[in-house]
Amino acid sequence: MDWRRFAIIALVIVIMFGTVVLVGISQNSPLVIITSMLATTIAVATPLTLGALSGLYCERSGVVNIGIEGMMLGAAFFGWLASIYMNTVFHRAPMASLIVGVLVAILTGSLFALLHAALSITFKVDQIIGGTVINILATGITGFLNRQMFFGAGSVFRGQVPHSPGVLPRIHIPLLADIPIVGRIFEQQPITLAALALVVITHFVIFYTRWGLRTRAVGEHPRAADTVGINVTFMRYANVLIGGCMAGLGGAYLTLESISSFEPLMTNGRGFIALAAMIFGNWTPFGAWAAALVFGAAQALQINLQFYRELIPPNLAFLQNSYVVGLAPYILTMLILTGLIGRTIPPAADGKPYEK
Amino acid sequence: MQSTNGKGLSQFLNQLLNSLVVPLLAILTAVILGGLIIKVVGGDPIAAYKGLVQGAFGTPKALSETAVWATPYIFAGLAVAVAFKGGLFNIGAEGQLAFGAVTAALIGYALPGWLHTTLPAYIHIPLAVGLGVLAGAIWAAIPGALKAYTGGHEVINTIMMNYIALNITSFLLNGPMRDPDPLNLSARTPEIAASARIPPIFPNPLLRVHWGFVLALVVAVIIWWLLWKTTLGFEIRTVGANPDAAKYAGIDVKRTIVITMALSGALAGLAGAIEVTALNYRHELGFSVGYGFDAIAIALLGKTNPFGVILAAILFGAMRNGGTRMQFLTQIPVDIISVIQALILLFVAADPIIRFIYRIRIREERVVLTRGWGG
Repeated sequence: MDWRRFAIIALVIVIMFGTVVLVGISQNSPLVIITSMLATTIAVATPLTLGALSGLYCERSGVVNIGIEGMMLGAAFFGWLASIYMNTVFHRAPMASLIVGVLVAILTGSLFALLHAALSITFKVDQIIGGTVINILATGITGFLNRQMFFGAGSVFRGQVPHSPGVLPRIHIPLLADIPIVGRIFEQQPITLAALALVVITHFVIFYTRWGLRTRAVGEHPRAADTVGINVTFMRYANVLIGGCMAGLGGAYLTLESISSFEPLMTNGRGFIALAAMIFGNWTPFGAWAAALVFGAAQALQINLQFYRELIPPNLAFLQNSYVVGLAPYILTMLILTGLIGRTIPPAADGKPYEK
Repeated sequence: MQSTNGKGLSQFLNQLLNSLVVPLLAILTAVILGGLIIKVVGGDPIAAYKGLVQGAFGTPKALSETAVWATPYIFAGLAVAVAFKGGLFNIGAEGQLAFGAVTAALIGYALPGWLHTTLPAYIHIPLAVGLGVLAGAIWAAIPGALKAYTGGHEVINTIMMNYIALNITSFLLNGPMRDPDPLNLSARTPEIAASARIPPIFPNPLLRVHWGFVLALVVAVIIWWLLWKTTLGFEIRTVGANPDAAKYAGIDVKRTIVITMALSGALAGLAGAIEVTALNYRHELGFSVGYGFDAIAIALLGKTNPFGVILAAILFGAMRNGGTRMQFLTQIPVDIISVIQALILLFVAADPIIRFIYRIRIREERVVLTRGWGG
């Protein structure tokens, strides 16, 4: 992560946090506002972080994955469906149901990833088209089953009233969470904490293990990797599947941790924003996470400004408009991709099928 | 198409048949799989497909509605196909379409008021449609220029432009452009003036098919002519096939990329403008949702050939239209159509699967579509 990227990230976050502090200062102390913004930022960045890690595993091994959006959407739906079904059938066992839901979400993500891997590695389909197929397929399947499973004759609940298991509870980290005011930052839900851990783990795996070295070799120069006896096909399949699990966990965040409901198309571009975060982070875990935080901050800005709606001065009335503030992450993504932040360098064999 | 020059008709037909084999088998496979899904969730696939066909082709009204559905699909499918020809993947047809629609609606309802006069239809219609086309072109030219001059990948940028367009149109339709009618509860514009409306083909109000459908067919021919019979078309195809070769041949690659995207966006904008001026007479939030991805499927199913796009668009239009009847008759959610369409796209894109299942050995030239991040 070079200093320019870091400076841009820091600057953007300071601007966003500063805006909320300035607006809300008459009601709350800056420390309280910053703490609240930071807690929200870390939480809402979770699906973006996991999506970016998903893309990272795929692309480090040489497979472009623009199907993250669809993988997350599918995982969000099936994880949610499984958790509600469990909770209803077993007459309310919310914790077990949620855990099953998360596992089903991860499984769903990896199944979509398996399809993507088969398309792009075995059948050598154009990988961007393959990803688009995943996205359209996920939209269609979730939209169809959402209506079929819950409403009408096809309902899986056979007359029972479905019970939602709620969302995953916050985890109270001893000591850290006990700090007054600031402690709130550390009181997060499990998938958010898992995402933070996975950033560190991924960094270690990619840069300090034999697996990571092989993955990078396959993504940079598959022929050379093949020559020294690395199984290119296996490494690519495995990494795309790991990526699918990450996207699946990101999907689980949406319906099992953030809110306990599903809406068609609820991923709302997060998969693509995650991809942009990965590119901005130059295909590194910490870089991708930092970029995901910027997008998280943009969303936190939107959420927190709603709190202080009444306090927004008239000459900044545009901040009251959620549509205008809602543009921020998308415009940011585009600015980031225009190379304003210097060139990003993808793995050399990214997107190219390997022909023996 | 060009390969027909100087060759026999039988050879041309043979080639045509060959290029139809894979898409037809892809459709067949998707329909069978879709039937299995219907069966698994407890429906009757035969009854469902019967309802689908009946709803799409059973009556003159059904045929007319299929054409109504197919119209924006033809324009939007052409939009994506043109971009593919130039080596660009335009996932942003949806946003471009929405901008075309919003602009056409604005010109349609507000222009007479701004000018304090009524306009004759022969001025008002072309203005509304033309500015809608321009809006779509500009909206697509932005990611085109970003691609050409900064290397920002058009796939992500066009998707981002979709979300930006969605936010802006939501803002406009809930705010400045919202229909002031006190009975109105939805985010929509006022109705456009009578002078901005493209008339239906038939006087019978049940047959809603309009001149926009005919225009779509004409535009498809024009696009075919443009791509294969003009210098610009040659440049677009050359840049799409091999940008390095194009550069050495003296083609301004960057300029061609921007023009290709603008042309693509213009077609998507036309789709939106025609929906407003010939069918809905207003723009309403949410009407364009899903068109962008459908357009990709249509362009791929049509093998990025304008005439293929027409056939694919009519098929998709028929499925969307018949799906409503199917849902009414069999209570199978109309969303199953999206699943079948995704499966069609899957098998068309991954034609090795189809070749493997049906043991097809016919070779055909592969169309180069996109080129990863490096571009």
